[in-house]
Amino acid sequence: MARILVGVKRVIDYAVKIRVKPDKTGVVTDGVKHSMNPFDEIAVEEAVRLKEKKIASEIIAVSCGPAQSQDVIRTALAMGVDKGIHVEVSGKEYETLQPIHVSKILAKIAQNEKCDMVILGKQAIDDDANQTAQMTAAVLDWPQAVFASKIEKGENEITVTREIDGGLETIKCKLPAVISADLRLNEPRYATLPNIMKAKKKPITKTTPKDLGVDVAPRIKIVSVEDPPVRQAGVILPDVDALVAKLKEGGHVP
Amino acid sequence: MSLRSKVITLYKNLLHLGKDWPTGYDFFRHRLHKAFTKNKDVNDPEEIKKLIKHGEFVQKEIEALYMLKKYRTLKRRYNIGNNSPQQIRKPYKA
Repeated sequence: MARILVGVKRVIDYAVKIRVKPDKTGVVTDGVKHSMNPFDEIAVEEAVRLKEKKIASEIIAVSCGPAQSQDVIRTALAMGVDKGIHVEVSGKEYETLQPIHVSKILAKIAQNEKCDMVILGKQAIDDDANQTAQMTAAVLDWPQAVFASKIEKGENEITVTREIDGGLETIKCKLPAVISADLRLNEPRYATLPNIMKAKKKPITKTTPKDLGVDVAPRIKIVSVEDPPVRQAGVILPDVDALVAKLKEGGHVP
Repeated sequence: MSLRSKVITLYKNLLHLGKDWPTGYDFFRHRLHKAFTKNKDVNDPEEIKKLIKHGEFVQKEIEALYMLKKYRTLKRRYNIGNNSPQQIRKPYKA
């Protein structure tokens, strides 16, 4: 029976329109709805399904971030995770927290908790880094099966179907391993009210990067955060000749 | 569980779902309240059971709606699924 570690990140909800702060230091997060990163929901769902199939014995959810990150751990617990670990990183440190730091934290916890599988979302919808799973595998020196769209467990190995350019790739790798979930791995369940209530009894342990011996000193400096360029308005042309002339002018046709 | 508390639980569960409603919680709450008060005079236990069944069905439908909305948004945003072999240009053969 495997022990599974899942990573959950608290991000601005996917349906919210993102606004950049006027001083260009970041995006507006105050009073904005946050929720669990959708790809992490898929990772959690997969872990829960493995538990329902009696392949996994225990699932642990980890989140790194400020105090509010506990909300997403609660959501994970409501979906069927057994216990949560909240790694508290707040304020200035959280702004420059990068996949390199998170991967070291996750690796450390995976070793402490003697996990056989680490399942993460392939990327977070806020920074779109798509690095944490790969880096975690590197730090642990475990095999990685990223962009998984299907996971099957064998004796002491897993068969993972991966989403790659131009189709699918099936790989086999030994456990322990790090897996990252792609969009089509499964359909995550909804955390219903009764389950949220029940999840309140489940334990959440609090820790800090310092306790884990991970240095979270910033590696980067945020220089400027800017809005993407606004799409320019189109024009309506009277006839085909005008269109051809315009296209030639723009260099789109020879 | 008595029928009365079953109805209350259903109402609470639906209210919780309504917090994520695309056009806002208030819109959902008013509609939900109206839907429940419409049947407040129903006394026949069988009829109430049927209505609860329907409510649970609506609950499932809303969950499915949210899931689909999220899935579609992400698929569009990240252009996932546009990598089928037919759509990718074949490598140049000399």
